[in-house]
Amino acid sequence: MIEVSHLTKKYGGHTAISDLSFTVETGQIYGFLGPNGAGKSTTLNILTGCLAATSGEVRIDGLDIYEDADKAKRRIGYLPEIPPLYLHETPAEYLRFIAEAKGVPKKERAEQIRKVMEVTGIADVADRLIKNLSKGYRQRVGIAQALLGNPETIILDEPTVGLDPRQIIEIRNLIRELGKEHTVILSSHILSEVQEVCQTILILSHGRLVACDTPENLEKLLSSGTVVKIKAAGDAQKLHSLAAEMPAVLACESSSGEGEEGVFTAELKVRTGEEDEVCRNLSLALGKEGIALLSMTAESASLEDVFLELTREEDAAQEDGGTKPVPEENAKPVPEENAEPVPENEADGEPDRGSAAQEEKEDGE
Amino acid sequence: MKAIYKHEMASCFHTLSGYIFISFLLFFAGIFTYAYNLHGGYASFQNVLGGITFVFLVIVPILTMRSFAEEKHQKTDTLLYSLPVKMPQVVLGKFFALVTILAMALAVVALIPLLLSAYGNVNMASSYGALIGFLFLGAALISVGLFTSSLTDSQAVSAGVCFLLLLVNYFLSSLSQYASSTSAAALLLSTVLVIMIALLFWMMTRSSYISVLVGLVLEAVLLALYVINKDWFSNTVPSIMKKLSLFDSYNTLLNGVFDFTVIVYFLTVMVFFLFLTVQSMEKRRWSD
Repeated sequence: MIEVSHLTKKYGGHTAISDLSFTVETGQIYGFLGPNGAGKSTTLNILTGCLAATSGEVRIDGLDIYEDADKAKRRIGYLPEIPPLYLHETPAEYLRFIAEAKGVPKKERAEQIRKVMEVTGIADVADRLIKNLSKGYRQRVGIAQALLGNPETIILDEPTVGLDPRQIIEIRNLIRELGKEHTVILSSHILSEVQEVCQTILILSHGRLVACDTPENLEKLLSSGTVVKIKAAGDAQKLHSLAAEMPAVLACESSSGEGEEGVFTAELKVRTGEEDEVCRNLSLALGKEGIALLSMTAESASLEDVFLELTREEDAAQEDGGTKPVPEENAKPVPEENAEPVPENEADGEPDRGSAAQEEKEDGE
Repeated sequence: MKAIYKHEMASCFHTLSGYIFISFLLFFAGIFTYAYNLHGGYASFQNVLGGITFVFLVIVPILTMRSFAEEKHQKTDTLLYSLPVKMPQVVLGKFFALVTILAMALAVVALIPLLLSAYGNVNMASSYGALIGFLFLGAALISVGLFTSSLTDSQAVSAGVCFLLLLVNYFLSSLSQYASSTSAAALLLSTVLVIMIALLFWMMTRSSYISVLVGLVLEAVLLALYVINKDWFSNTVPSIMKKLSLFDSYNTLLNGVFDFTVIVYFLTVMVFFLFLTVQSMEKRRWSD
């Protein structure tokens, strides 16, 4: 179990992450999601003891990552964004060095190396120089390195970056396999990846945790979650007045269709779970009003929407001079499009955060 | 530490640096043995060692430039931070690996007095005393090279800075003859040293407040001493320069006296630069 409490990291005057708190339970795959420069790599570097936090603490199974560094580090395997490989060595030599440095007992070394090579599928290239391996294989060697010493938690920083689609699928399958025996934390700015592989998603934006939940719950997070799209022929105004009478419809926008005369399209934001009822009532009512319904579909919001929503909200809040809902652990911020008024929380007393441009610059550190 | 040690040894022979180091050292040892002992007919082997110390100027930067600079360049230094190994162990592991390579070369050099003894009287004690001193001198210079390597992520810069430092050190005792021996000059030099110490503090801590404070306190102490008694400062410049020269200190070992203060001095230099190396690597964890 990894406990992170009130973690803050500043680079000079620029705050990379501020007051981050979360807990990683054993036996799940966690996804760290955030746009570039959100502080993902910084956070992972602090979790693994590669970087010191300005304030706050990290405990691995109750062991402080700085006070009990050696013991704590043995419980995590880390693959940084750029795999730390010695190019002039072969994977076999490299893994022997790592196994020894991690303190794997001599008689178990050969067996463990054989096992991680098998799991990551690099046994075939074990005796070729790493510099001659493809990027996909190098990534696998990096993961093999993290697995040595059989740590409870595996931390992977953007493990699929720069790989071709087939390699990405292979690495994802590998991560899923690893998730059966280890706790896995992986970071990514690709949503579909995290959505597909992870059981819990932590969304970071500008160094803050804006959401921490399962992919399903995050999708539900958008209370304006479901959108009913309508294409119809007739008077759009009548639709508006009908929609206004229905409490389940939160918002209604329409635009006149292109081409055919009298045809318009409309998008209705509907409370999640009530879309069927809205569709039934609306189609009957439109028929009565003499509006011909051409098509009607209900779509629930994808995680992508939640992600954009949450990270955009942060941007907007920054432009508004830093006032925004204070995110906490398991915070569930309400999207701004929501028709129900969002109470603007008290201005947070945090020190100024750097501009988006600065964040961009610090990315990849 | 053992893993780092073995890994560093292997890396030195994966790349050319280990071979270059050993072959250069043996080449010059051979040439000088030929010139002094075989051609010149002198029976003292320690003069050969005294003659080839300049080889260190070239081969120490080549041997040490990779150690940390290349790790940073290839981003493998994250391993050094994330593995369950403490930074002093990493630095010591690398240091001992490089010293072992030096010792391997010297093991071959150690055969030369034995060969020579077949043709005349060689004083074994002073020969091997000088050889042990040679090992310590090399180790001290390697610690300097490790430190310069930890400062940068470019091997070339590391080698260049290391070469310059060693070069200045090499000529320090010759230069000391021309240095002014007046008290005022001593004060000036001390001030320069104080500024350098302050700059070092700034490099380590990036806190201008602390470094200015350190500089001012040291300078105040200097001025106070100078005001109290000027004579304490006279002739200090040349003698300090002589003392700082590692190569010059080594020469005292060549006269057949195995002076332990010289060995202790070399050990002190090693500890000092290895400590600085650890600090310079740890600093990256904090600021980066």
